[in-house]
Amino acid sequence: MDLTKDAHTHHISQQFNEELEQVKNSLLEMGGLVERQVGDAIRALVEADSALAQKVVEKDAAINAMEMVIDEECTRIIARRQPAASDLRLVIAVSKAVNDLERIGDESAKVARMAIKLCEEGESPRGYVEIRHIGDRVRRMTQEALTAFARLDVETALQVAQEDKDVDQEYQSAMRELVTFMMEDPRSISRVLNVIWSLRSLERIGDHARNISEDVIYLVKGKDVRHTSLADIVRTVRD
Amino acid sequence: MQKQTEEQNMTAETQNTNKSHSFNVSAMGRENKGLNMAQEEAALTVKNLKLFYGEKEALHGVDMIIPKKRVTAFIGPSGCGKSTLLRCFNRMNDLVEGCRIDGEILLDNQNIYDKSVDVAELRRRVGMVFQKPNPFPKTIYENVAYGLRIQGVTKKRVIDETVEWALRSSALWDEVKDRLHESALGMSGGQQQRLVIARTIAVKPEVLLLDEPASALDPISTLKIEELIHELKNDFTIAIVTHNMQQAARVSDYTAFMYMGDLIEFGNTDELFTNPSKKKTEDYITGRYG
Repeated sequence: MDLTKDAHTHHISQQFNEELEQVKNSLLEMGGLVERQVGDAIRALVEADSALAQKVVEKDAAINAMEMVIDEECTRIIARRQPAASDLRLVIAVSKAVNDLERIGDESAKVARMAIKLCEEGESPRGYVEIRHIGDRVRRMTQEALTAFARLDVETALQVAQEDKDVDQEYQSAMRELVTFMMEDPRSISRVLNVIWSLRSLERIGDHARNISEDVIYLVKGKDVRHTSLADIVRTVRD
Repeated sequence: MQKQTEEQNMTAETQNTNKSHSFNVSAMGRENKGLNMAQEEAALTVKNLKLFYGEKEALHGVDMIIPKKRVTAFIGPSGCGKSTLLRCFNRMNDLVEGCRIDGEILLDNQNIYDKSVDVAELRRRVGMVFQKPNPFPKTIYENVAYGLRIQGVTKKRVIDETVEWALRSSALWDEVKDRLHESALGMSGGQQQRLVIARTIAVKPEVLLLDEPASALDPISTLKIEELIHELKNDFTIAIVTHNMQQAARVSDYTAFMYMGDLIEFGNTDELFTNPSKKKTEDYITGRYG
C-alpha cells in the first residue's frame, strides 16, 4: 500500500506519533545543515574563500554528532515500539538516509579542505567551470532528495535518480578534459589533481543523494530499488 | 616458472575468498522468505464460509486455505471472528446454541460439515489448544495417555513410547521425566500449556489449532511455546489465533487479518508486516484509528 503524506500520524498512541514525527524532523534538520555544507564547500572552492572553507570543515563534527543522535533514536523506537509496516519502513529509511547524509557531509568537508589547499597554492587552475556546474547539480539533488523525503514524493525521488546518471556522465567527460590538460602542461598536475579530487567528491555526493531518493521509494512503495536499473525504478514508482 | 605457480596460487586464493563471501540468504535464518501461497498444498480449504449466531452473521463468507505444515496466524481486533473461524475447523461451534454454518471446509477433499463425518474422529485429526491451560486432574502421564486410551490403545509399551515422544516434542520431557506420576495440576502455567499441547499431539492430529495459547503465560513461557510451534510445524499444520501481533510476526509463515467478520488480507507474514496491501491491515498492525 502506498504511503500518503499524513500517514505517520493518527496512532492510538499519541506519544508514538510524536516520536516518529520527531525522528523525521531531525533527519530533515540534519539534511538542511548538510545541504548548506555542500553549497558552502562549493562556494569556498570556486571563490577561493579559505575562511568559509575552514568553517565547513569545522561544522562537520556537528553533522557527525547528529547522525549518532538520530540513529540512537531509531534504535530506541525499534526496541520500545516494535514498529510495523510503514512505521517500520520510516524508521529504517531514516536510519539509512542519515548515513548517506553524514557521508555527504564528509565529502563536503573534503571539498572544503581541497579549497584550502588550492587557496594556499594560489592562482586558479582549470576545471572550475566543471566544479561549479556539477556542484550546483549535486547540491540541488541533495535538496530534492530531502524534499522527496519530507513530502513522500516518489516522482521527485525518481528525478534525483535520473539526474545522478547525468552527473556521472558529466563527471566522466570532465575527467577526460582534465587528463588532457595535465598532459599538455605537466607543471599543473598537482593543482589539477586537487580539482579532480574535488570533482570526485561531488560525484559521490550525487550518488548519496540518489541513495536517499531510493530510501524514499522504499518508504513509500515498500520496494527495494537499490542496485536495479533506472527502468526498473520507473516501473516501481509508476506502478 | 616459480612465478607462474605463485600466480596460480594467488588466483586460487582469490577464488576461495570469493567463495567464502558468497551470500547465502538461507544462512540468515530466513528460510521462509519468498514463501508463496500459490505453491502451498492445502491442509484445510475454506469455501464461502458464513456463520450465524442466531440472526447475527458473524462470518461473511470466508475463502482461504490453511497451508500444510505451515504456521498460519489469525490476527484482528476483538470480535472480528478469528476465534470463531478457528473453532469452525474442528466443529467446536456445534456446541454453541443457535449457531448455524453455511459453506464448506474441506479436509482431504471431504466437507467436515457433511453428515457422514464422525465429529470425534474429526477432532482427533484437528486438535485444539485453548488460552487457559486445561490439564485433567490426573497425573502428567495420564494426561498425555488419555487420548490414546479412549482410542482403545492398551499396550503399555505403545503408550509409554507415545507419551515420551509427545512430551519430548513439546519440550517438556526433561522437566517432567522424574515426576510423570505426579498430578499435572502442580505444574506451572507454562508447563501446563505445553502438557496440553503434548496431550493434543499424542493422538497424532494433522492440524493443530491454537487459540491464544500464550496469552496467559509469562514472557519466557511464551517464548518456549513459540519455539515449540516452530518445531511442531515440521510435523503438523498449525493455525494460531493471537492478540499479540509481534507474536504472529514471530511464529507464522502466513498471516490472515480479519475485521468485522471479513478476511481482509491473507498473505506471507514478512510481506504483511512490512508492506501490507490493504489500508485496514496497515492501520491495525501499526496501531492507528480505523
